[in-house]
Amino acid sequence: MGGRWRGPGVTEVRVGVAAVRQGVVGAVRRFAGPRRAVVAGAGAALTVVGCNTPWARFAFGYPGKMSLGGFPGGARTYALFLVVPALAGLTRWAGRRSAAIAGSFGVLAVSAGNLVGLAKQGGGLGAVAYGAWLASAGGLLLLLAAVAGPDDEAPTLAERTLPPVVEMAAVAASLAAVLAGVWYGLGVDEATRFASFAATVAFVASALAGLGVIGWLQALYLRHRAVTLTASALAAVAFPFTQGGEAQWIRVFASIGIFATAAIGLNVVVGLAGLLDLGYIAFFGVGAYVAALTAGAGTTTSHIVLPYGVAILLGAVVAAIFGVIIGAPTLRLRGDYLAIVTLAFGEIFRIAVNNWDSVTRGPNGISRIPDLAVGSFNLGQPHRLLGLELPGFANYYFLELALLAWVILVFTRLNDSRIGRAWVAIREDEVAASAMGVNTVRLKLLAFAIGAFLAGAAGTVDAHFGRQVSPESYSFLQSVTLLAAVVLGGMGTVPGALIGSTILILIPEKLRAFQDLLFGVALILMMRLRPEGFAPSRRRQRELHAEGEGADALSAPPGTGR
Amino acid sequence: MTAAAVLEARAVSKRFGGLVAVNSVDLAVGEAEIVGLIGPNGAGKTTFFNCLTGMESPTSGEIRYRGRRLSGSPDRITAAGLARTFQNIRLFPNMTVLENVLVGRHCRTREGLLSAIGRGRNFELLELVGLRRAADDLARNLNYGDQRRLEIARALATDPGLLLLDEPTAGMNAAETRSATELVRRIRDQGLAVVVIEHDMRFIFGLCDRVAVLVHGQKLTEGTPAEVQSDPRVIAAYLGSPTPPPS
Repeated sequence: MGGRWRGPGVTEVRVGVAAVRQGVVGAVRRFAGPRRAVVAGAGAALTVVGCNTPWARFAFGYPGKMSLGGFPGGARTYALFLVVPALAGLTRWAGRRSAAIAGSFGVLAVSAGNLVGLAKQGGGLGAVAYGAWLASAGGLLLLLAAVAGPDDEAPTLAERTLPPVVEMAAVAASLAAVLAGVWYGLGVDEATRFASFAATVAFVASALAGLGVIGWLQALYLRHRAVTLTASALAAVAFPFTQGGEAQWIRVFASIGIFATAAIGLNVVVGLAGLLDLGYIAFFGVGAYVAALTAGAGTTTSHIVLPYGVAILLGAVVAAIFGVIIGAPTLRLRGDYLAIVTLAFGEIFRIAVNNWDSVTRGPNGISRIPDLAVGSFNLGQPHRLLGLELPGFANYYFLELALLAWVILVFTRLNDSRIGRAWVAIREDEVAASAMGVNTVRLKLLAFAIGAFLAGAAGTVDAHFGRQVSPESYSFLQSVTLLAAVVLGGMGTVPGALIGSTILILIPEKLRAFQDLLFGVALILMMRLRPEGFAPSRRRQRELHAEGEGADALSAPPGTGR
Repeated sequence: MTAAAVLEARAVSKRFGGLVAVNSVDLAVGEAEIVGLIGPNGAGKTTFFNCLTGMESPTSGEIRYRGRRLSGSPDRITAAGLARTFQNIRLFPNMTVLENVLVGRHCRTREGLLSAIGRGRNFELLELVGLRRAADDLARNLNYGDQRRLEIARALATDPGLLLLDEPTAGMNAAETRSATELVRRIRDQGLAVVVIEHDMRFIFGLCDRVAVLVHGQKLTEGTPAEVQSDPRVIAAYLGSPTPPPS
C-alpha cells in the first residue's frame, strides 16, 4: 500500500520545471561558463570582505554586533563558513556541482536572509550597511559559478575503504562534530541567529551529501556498528552531566526521548508493516491515562495505586488490547481507507475521554500526578552523582533513555526477523504474500498491537513526566506530528525516527516565533529533495528512486488477475 | 488416472453475479503428474486456479488435497501444500532474490534456529532455477525470464506437494521455454505434482502427462496430449469451425 502517491499532472509539472531549469542553466553557462574561475574567485573574495565589514549602519539589538566591522560576528560567521563547502565543490579535485550549489546557495541565503531581517528590524534598507550587500553579491556570484559548472563527475567517497583505525576515527570525529553542533546550537538564543544557524547546518549537510561524505559516513556507521552504538550511548548518558545542574535542556531531551519512543512504535506500524495509522496518539493516550489513574494522583477518580513497574506494563498491555480491538475490524481495509478509519478512531478516543467525566474528569483531565518513586528514590528530586548536581528531570531522562534503548532493541530484532520480512512482503504485495503462506491478517494485527504496546509504555512515562493528562494532549495534530517525525527522518529505521523526533521537538523549542511556517516549508522541501527522509532504509531508498533502472516491469496493478 | 490423487477438485463452480466463470469443473491430479490446463482466453483457467488456492472462494464444489478438504484463506491453503505462481508476475520487487525465497519459507519456519538451518535449502532452490549467483540482486532488476523462474523458486520454498503454474513461459523466447520445460520436469522428478496453464501448445504437449481443456468455464475434454490434440472439438474451440462440431 501507500508507496506511490503520485497524483495526475505531476509528470507535466516535472517536464515544465525541467524545461525552465534547462533554460536558466543554459543561460548561466553561456555567461559564467568561460570565466568560472574568475566569477568564483570574485564571489569568494566579496563574501570574505563582506563578512568582515559591518552589515548594519547602527546598533539596534540585532544579534551578532552587526554594526561593527573588522571581524565576522553572528550570522556573518555562518556565511563565511559556507564559503568552504562552496569552494570545495567548485575545485577540480572534488568537482561536485551539487555540493558547490548547496554551499554557495547557503552563502546567498544566510546573507540575503539577514539583510532582509536587518532591514525589517532596523526600519528599512537604510539600516543595512554595505557588508551585507557585498556578502549577498558574493553568494550570488558563487552560485553562478557553481551552476555553470559541469555535472557531477568525480567519484564519491562512498566506495573507498580505508584502514579500520582511520575509519573508526572518522566515525568518532563525525559524531563529535554532530555533538559539538548540537551543543553550539543549544547555546544560540536569538531566534534570527538560530534560523541562520539551522540554515547553515542544512546547507553544509547537503553540501556534504553532494561531496559523498554523508553516504561514506553512513557506510562507516554500518561497518563499525559497535563503535557507533557505544559512542552514541555514551554521549546520551553523559549529556545530563554536562548541563551544570540546569534543567531546561534535560527536560527538552527527555520529552524528545518520549516522543521518539512513540515514533519508533509508529515506525513498526508505518515503516515496517506499511499500515498508515493516523490515530496513533490514542494508544499513547491510553497508556498515559492508565498511568494517571493508577498513580494516586491528586485528582484521580480511582483509588488504585500500583507500583510503576506494574503500571507501565498495564498501560502498554491495555494499549495493545485497544490496538487489537481497533485493528481487527479495520485491517481488512487498505491504504487510504485504513488511514481514514484510524483517524476516526483517534478522534473517538479523544472525544470519549473528553466526555467520560466520572473516570477521566473530562476536559479538566487528571492533574497533580505525583513524581515517580522507587523505594526512597524520588525521581522528581535533584540528586548528586559523581559530585555533579543532577536536576529532577535527569531521572526521567535516564528512565526514558532505558525505555528508548529497549524499544530500539525490540524494533531492530523485529526488523531482522522472519516476521519483519513478512511485513515487508505484505507492504510490497499483499496478495502475493498471502499466496506464499503469510497470514496477512494476523501479522498486520501483530504490527498494530506491538505499535500500540510501545506507545502505551511511552504514554505512562509521559503522564508522570508532564504531571497531568488531558484530552487535548492527544489530538489529531499529535498523530500527524509523530507521523511527520517518522517520514522526515526516514521510514523503517531507528536513526530516522530519532532524528525526526529531535528536529520536530527541538526546532519549535528554538523558533517559537515562526515554527508553523518553517515546519511547512521544511516538509515541502524535504518531500521534494529527499523523499526517503534523513536516514532512510536501503529498501525505502530503492523504492523512491526507481526511475532510470528500468524497473517498472513489476509494478503490476493490484488485483488477483482474472 | 492415478490411484493416489494429490488433488481432487469436484464440481467446482464460481459465479460473479450473472457470469459463470467456472462451471462445475472436475480435475484430479496424481502423484508426480504434470497436468496441463488449456483453453482460449477468458475460459476461466486463472479463476479456477484462484479457487484452488483460496484467492476466490468457489460458489460450489469441493477441493481435496491428499484427501483433506481445502478451504479458508490463501495462506492456510499454501500451508496445506498448494503453491502457485502468477500470470502477471507478483514478486516482491524491492526485496532481494534470496529474501523473496525466504518469504516463501515463512509458513515452514519458526523463529530461531530453524531459520538458520533452512538457508541451505534456499540456495538449493536458487540453484535449481539457476539464480544462485543472483541471490543478492533485487527481484525487480532481474530480466523477465529470471523473474518467472524466481516465482517458481519462491513457490517451491513453501514445500508444496502440488505446484500450480499460471503461464510460466509467457513472454519467453524459444530457448527460455525449452529450459522452462526442463525445469518443470526436474521439479516433477523431485516428487511434486504440477498443474500448468499455458497457451504455448508445443510446451504443453511436450511436457504434460495429461491435458484438460476449459472452454467457457466448462471442461470440454481431458486426456493424453495425443488424444486432446486430435480432438476436433478442441480445434474448433480454438479456431472456430466451418461446420458445426460433431458432438
